[in-house]
Amino acid sequence: MSTVVRIPTILRTYTGGAAEVPGEGATLREVLAKLDADYPGIGARILDESGKIRRFVNVYVGDEDVRFADGLDTATPTGSQISVIPAVAGG
Amino acid sequence: MSLPPLVEPAAELTVDEVRRYSRHLIIPDVGMAGQKRLKNARVLCVGAGGLGSPALMYLAAAGVGTLGVIDFDVVDESNLQRQIIHGQSDVGRPKAESAAASIKEINPLVNVIIHNESLSNDNVMEIFSGYDLIVDGTDNFATRYMVNDAAVLLGKPYVWGSIYRFDGQASVFWAEHGPCYRCLYPEPPPPGMVPSCAEGGVLGVLCASVGSIQVTEAIKLLTGTGEPLVGRLMIYDALEMTYRQVKVRKDPECPLCGKNPTITELIDYDAFCGAVSDEAQQAAAGSTISVGELKDMQDKGENIFLIDVREPNEYEILSIPGATLIPKGEFLNGSALERLPQDKKIVLHCKSGVRSAEVLAIVKNAGFADAVHVGGGVLAWQKQIDPSLPTY
Repeated sequence: MSTVVRIPTILRTYTGGAAEVPGEGATLREVLAKLDADYPGIGARILDESGKIRRFVNVYVGDEDVRFADGLDTATPTGSQISVIPAVAGG
Repeated sequence: MSLPPLVEPAAELTVDEVRRYSRHLIIPDVGMAGQKRLKNARVLCVGAGGLGSPALMYLAAAGVGTLGVIDFDVVDESNLQRQIIHGQSDVGRPKAESAAASIKEINPLVNVIIHNESLSNDNVMEIFSGYDLIVDGTDNFATRYMVNDAAVLLGKPYVWGSIYRFDGQASVFWAEHGPCYRCLYPEPPPPGMVPSCAEGGVLGVLCASVGSIQVTEAIKLLTGTGEPLVGRLMIYDALEMTYRQVKVRKDPECPLCGKNPTITELIDYDAFCGAVSDEAQQAAAGSTISVGELKDMQDKGENIFLIDVREPNEYEILSIPGATLIPKGEFLNGSALERLPQDKKIVLHCKSGVRSAEVLAIVKNAGFADAVHVGGGVLAWQKQIDPSLPTY
């Protein structure tokens, strides 16, 4: 389904500076696969070598953390906003 | 969800205090009772840096009775772009002392406790136990996990904020009423994966945007006013000027505040967060040269290829003569490797030697066995070889 993916500052080097890019897929897994196809390398910053979401990156569909939903199988209906929120420690 | 006030009210406000805090007192939600609670409150701010500066200043102005400041660092000129609690004449002075002086100037009624030391496993429990609430303005993952764990173990609310470039995040962690920091981010990123403000930069005024959220939440918790930011993460994007929030759930599997906790005391936070990754450490062992050695190699005309792995903006500020800029990201995605000459010795450097060690591991893996990196990076070059260069 057609969705919107919010890209955090530290990953915008992959998207040519874009803060928001279109996403495509029925589940988060499909959306992230398409995202990595569009912006090679970005997937590895979100998923680890075994394909799981990295423990210091949170991915939200709407305002729900997918760790507490169906993880990568979380549905991404048309119009949903997917946010990638990495841990930052600056102060 | 509203919560009861964290602090009991002080017996009374003096005439001076009533005059000073009158604009609070006439807000019905604060009133005399709320201001008396602030007077009785004991708040610790961890770090008197970017976030700590506005946080401490507004907490002081608001009339928090006791303010603790813990910071081991001294004021540096590069702090002044955002750490507004310090001024030009404070450069070189311990931050905790400089901050205390500013607090006294803003509000002499505040009792300031100076902790001019580094927060560690040895003192964190004792120091925290003297306060009602912890405001976090530190700049690294190890301290943040330590602060979180100590706050959970002591049952204290932890008002958290974090900044990077134009992005800010804030939340309130309080295990008795909601999630803790580990519920939100179970593990820190591996070292080198997420740049710090010293490496990536931060918009100075962003500190005020996030620090003011933290103070707002602290005041609400102390006085039992409004809806606290418990179980929610506020995400601020200064470029787009948007605030968004997402839910933060208490993780039943959280090793610290979940159903079956496995962390029941403080752990080794440096090991948990790793100063430098194992791969980088192994790569750097025996393959680290000093800036003096680099200068010698250059003077003797040795056949080296010097690579600066920092970002273009950093390269613009200062660079080592003869260095070619290839940012670390290009090594991470592999595109840099084909640009490396096979017939020259690869010498890597960055700002201080952390990023170049990470890249060294990648380069060595790619078969450049005699590659080295420069310990201390361009900062050491500026200090020891060419002090006329600017620094950052």
